[in-house]
Amino acid sequence: MTALLNVKDLRAYYGQVQALHGLSFSLNEGSLTTLLGANGAGKTTTLRAICNMVRSTGAIEFEGKPLNNKSTESIVRFGIAHVPQGRGTFTNMTVEENLQLGAITRGDKAAIVADIERMYSYFPKLKERHTQQAGTLSGGEQQMLAVARALMLRPRLMLLDEPSFGLAPLVVRDLFGILGRINRDEKVSILVVEQNAQLALELADQAYVIETGRIVMSGAAADIANDENVRKSYLGY
Amino acid sequence: MELFTNQVLAGIATGAIYACMALAVVMIYQAIDHLNFAQGEMAMFSTFISWQLMQWGLPYWVAFVVTLAFSFAGGIAIERVLFKPLTKAPILTQVAGFIALYSIINSFAGLTWDFTIKQYPTPFGSSPFLGSQLISTHQAGMIGITLLLLTGLYFFFQYTRVGLAMRAAAAVPESARLVGINTSWMIALGWGMAAAIGSIAGMLIAPVVFLEPNMMGGVLIYGFAAAVLGGLTSPFGAVLGGFLVGIFENLAGTYIPHVGNEMKLPIALALIISVLVIKPAGLFGRNIVKRV
Amino acid sequence: MSAVEEIASQTPAVQAVPKRAMTLSAGTAFVIVLLLLVVPLFVKNFIIFQMTMLLIYGLAVLALNILTGGSGQFSLGNSAFYAIGAYTSAILMEQYNVNYALTLPVAGVICFGAGFLFGQPALRLSGVYLALATFALATAMPQILKLGFFEHWTGGVQGLVVTKPDAPFGLPMSQDMWLYYFTLAITIAIYVFSVNLLRSRSGRAFMAIRDNEIAASAMGIDVATYKTLAFGVSAGITGVAGGLGAIAVQFVAPDSYTITLAISLFLGMVVGGVGWLPGSFVGSAFIIFVPNIAEGISKGLSGAVFGVLLFLVIFLVPHGSRQVAMVAQQLLGKLRKN
Repeated sequence: MTALLNVKDLRAYYGQVQALHGLSFSLNEGSLTTLLGANGAGKTTTLRAICNMVRSTGAIEFEGKPLNNKSTESIVRFGIAHVPQGRGTFTNMTVEENLQLGAITRGDKAAIVADIERMYSYFPKLKERHTQQAGTLSGGEQQMLAVARALMLRPRLMLLDEPSFGLAPLVVRDLFGILGRINRDEKVSILVVEQNAQLALELADQAYVIETGRIVMSGAAADIANDENVRKSYLGY
Repeated sequence: MELFTNQVLAGIATGAIYACMALAVVMIYQAIDHLNFAQGEMAMFSTFISWQLMQWGLPYWVAFVVTLAFSFAGGIAIERVLFKPLTKAPILTQVAGFIALYSIINSFAGLTWDFTIKQYPTPFGSSPFLGSQLISTHQAGMIGITLLLLTGLYFFFQYTRVGLAMRAAAAVPESARLVGINTSWMIALGWGMAAAIGSIAGMLIAPVVFLEPNMMGGVLIYGFAAAVLGGLTSPFGAVLGGFLVGIFENLAGTYIPHVGNEMKLPIALALIISVLVIKPAGLFGRNIVKRV
Repeated sequence: MSAVEEIASQTPAVQAVPKRAMTLSAGTAFVIVLLLLVVPLFVKNFIIFQMTMLLIYGLAVLALNILTGGSGQFSLGNSAFYAIGAYTSAILMEQYNVNYALTLPVAGVICFGAGFLFGQPALRLSGVYLALATFALATAMPQILKLGFFEHWTGGVQGLVVTKPDAPFGLPMSQDMWLYYFTLAITIAIYVFSVNLLRSRSGRAFMAIRDNEIAASAMGIDVATYKTLAFGVSAGITGVAGGLGAIAVQFVAPDSYTITLAISLFLGMVVGGVGWLPGSFVGSAFIIFVPNIAEGISKGLSGAVFGVLLFLVIFLVPHGSRQVAMVAQQLLGKLRKN
């Protein structure tokens, strides 16, 4: 397997404050990887640094091409879809417009229409509400919309920032099930940041644990889930 | 009663001017999220360009189209050169930038074309419209073009990819970048379109108020007021606001005693503010719920 | 009309400036006051007059700074309060023979009241809406002053001529110099008052409202009272400045107090640095001297030159003179370390 994303010695800064202290990790093509850690460990910052939304140094390579110093919007065009924390819904636009926005970099009209229908088959709730303003959707529905919007890019890699945040446990199960299916069926590699470690480890095949801006543990998700010490000291369950 | 109807009609006629300007104001507000104080001067400058082209012998509609293209390019150039570097500056600093731009354009126009008022032609003629002394064919044409422009903008924003991208970039810039939209260019495009719409407003207004460097001062204020009254997020509201402001202004001048020409503006503004106090987002604006 | 309400996380229009950063250190302040005291002894009367105007506009900018930098409200209408202050002083002095010094507190109180009243409807407005409302006030003021109804007091379009006071107690100094020191004393008093106001409980309330209105009200701050209070204080100080201005210029007329004045004050605030009180006087210097400089460079294009100079300033220091002061402070700190 080849590495899809390669991150070396990533350091990120908010003004004077350093948030990441030399992070290195890699993702395999087709994998579903999770990045775990407590509040403030630097999970979100890592995702934001990949998309150049925060000042950072270090090497980030996607399919062997460097991403450093590229603007956020051009990084997206490489095929990296980022579902940000808080979902980033275009609240005053309709559900369908949100989906169209996901495909705004693509020119293939017919395929876009087909993709929207495919999204509706993953998330039937969205079809019911396709003319509704996205701001009127429930939290869970908005999260599904955000995932669907990201998929409309036909990404090679999808970055998800705490998709479970603020959602009811049942909705989270549902969503994670769909993420697994997307990973298998659409051949989209996924990097998901989570606080809900137990659930994320069930879903993922690879896992990294970070603490105060450094990777402290990495391995197969199953191994980490089975290691009681790791669970107790880093994941808190 | 007849006086009333007549004044309302006359108000609609002047309101068309404000509606046109308000449309340009809303356009740029959508793109950059604040009011551009230099917009009137940009429109005035465009109008002078078209006048100059006609002086050089170009026919009206050719001058019109060339001016439109010039204004579009000029708007983009101003954004790229002067305001892109200020993207990260505080909002009030950017407003100071608008004032600086105002001063520069006004001064240049004054030096190039001096401050004497000039006649400006109308393509619609100025005979009474449908036998009414209150609305001329020019004013009717102006209303027609404003409504046409409004329809065009509606379709652009609702049904084109660029329009969708512009709306997205203005609404949630960060998410827009995450779907691959170059938000910085969307802002430039917004400037270009606002400048072009402003130039249309200027060319339509010039036959009524005459052409001179300070012609847009009052018009822009009414345009702002109309846009704010209608709700800054709604092009439709802006146009309606423009007509309402025109009507307000005329009725106040007719029915409130001691209202000279100079008191019309404060009174119109006071009326608008009273509306805003009751409905802070304007008549057709979207309420923005603030989160702590 | 859409049924949906857009949710925006609130970003304040005015950047948060911590309290300490709003003022000068004691040493710097001492040097500046010393300079202000000594320099007039060695310069011509015209320059003394310009320094007086610098202090007066400085006060007006300071007042705007308290409103905008302190409580986050934006006003294009402070020229109206300046006009009310100026006319109050002029009318009291010329029509009722009141001593000039006594007219200033009256101007301040009347303007405080006017500002407080205006702050009531303004409560429901913010951002561009408040800008428009205050703008309306600024455009209406010269017209109101011209009204025939008030002509008996205001002198209508002609305005009023104000006599310049002599130095008291037979002090051997020119009228200009006396007025300068008189203005300086008032300026220092108001400046000290403003600094203390912003450091007080009320000042903290202003800033809390500026940074996040909803959170401030959730913490039990009476937002309405403090916002109108900020308007009142700002208007009051502007009124005193207006009164002083009338005495210094020896003339009041409606067209001296148009929207142009309000815009100048606004530019002064931005150039000085929003929320940095000492910057008000730097901004005041900008609005007094730069137009003259521009005129000196090119008569025909003075407006364009002014615009270009203004652009240069905001490109170089988008946060105004506050930024210059901060950089200077850091450099000094580094020098000391070495």
